[in-house]
Amino acid sequence: MEIALAIGLGALFGLMLERIGATDPNWVGRMLSLVNMHLMKTILVAIGTASILMFGGQMLGLVEVGHMSVKEVHVGVLLGGAILGIGWAMSGYCPGTGVCAAATGRFDALFFIVGGLVGAGAYALSHPFWENIGFLNGEKWTIGAIPGSNYPAALPDLPITGDVIGIGIGVVLILVAILLPRRLSGKGAPAGEAQPEPAE
Amino acid sequence: MVLNWKIGGPLLGVVFFLAVLLVQPIGVSTQFVVADGVLWEQYAPGVISQTADGGWTSPYPYFAKYAADIANPLTYSMIFVAAMMGGAFLSSVAFGRIPLRERFSPALWSANFRIGWVGRWVLAFLGGVIVLFGARLAGGCTSGHMMSGMMQTAVSGYVFAFGAFLTAFPTARILLKKEA
Repeated sequence: MEIALAIGLGALFGLMLERIGATDPNWVGRMLSLVNMHLMKTILVAIGTASILMFGGQMLGLVEVGHMSVKEVHVGVLLGGAILGIGWAMSGYCPGTGVCAAATGRFDALFFIVGGLVGAGAYALSHPFWENIGFLNGEKWTIGAIPGSNYPAALPDLPITGDVIGIGIGVVLILVAILLPRRLSGKGAPAGEAQPEPAE
Repeated sequence: MVLNWKIGGPLLGVVFFLAVLLVQPIGVSTQFVVADGVLWEQYAPGVISQTADGGWTSPYPYFAKYAADIANPLTYSMIFVAAMMGGAFLSSVAFGRIPLRERFSPALWSANFRIGWVGRWVLAFLGGVIVLFGARLAGGCTSGHMMSGMMQTAVSGYVFAFGAFLTAFPTARILLKKEA
């Protein structure tokens, strides 16, 4: 059963990444150089939608709170994120979109994957160093306290519960996506498009 | 042509929601570590070993965390990644035609760098090294930290997204000045 879910959900995810342009380095590059924020709008709406559905489902008792999996926040998260950002802009790929891009027949993505295996291996060997200097120590914080979960809250004394916060943030992310201009830098139509916006 | 964000965004969000509803949040970069362990074990056995109680361990602390997955890599998460590739492949066959030149080097990179295909491949390789090193240091990537983390109001997801865009925006502004 779990295998069938892995196949079904994985295929849906890969299909969506391809359909929104996330496996196309041109769309990623245009987003990161601020000349066409279409992909950013898509990502913001996706996170907002997922957040509203998940926390809404939890409040209605339809979604198992135990399915949540929150990661620790530590210095390594910020530093690792900043390191990843450089490679993301250089290559136009992140781990998930890289493997999907290779599957769509992009040869450069194969080199990204081989590089990724080298990078992950290099990290594996350097892991004790990061552990020793304390960069990996942290708590699995959520913003507010989520009913039914044991994750510590970063802001435990808020008047509203963590699931309401999650829905609120989801709404805000979608509003940001709506208000975000298609082009943040330069003039004219968003880069890379013959018509002003991809067809609906 | 890509899906308009008003359609693509909600649909992608539903996929992330379904993953949490049915199994667990989506994540990808861990499987690079598992694949490393499997390859290493293939060519130079000894990276993992079986303990007296039947479990798996490794002399390397980081691989020890994933030793069981390296011993039996056909886990939910690995099959998920394989299925992602299948889904992306089917989608590209059904909806998109990627020109041959684009498959060797994306237009935006061809416009900004006079380095040819091989140069683009070197750049993609180096990018891969940096991205996966950073992802493992952070404990997740764009899927696991940014998307899955932020949707769960995980503070780590927001910190990761801040760090990633902090460097990704300036790097892209410097490297990708020309618009293709």
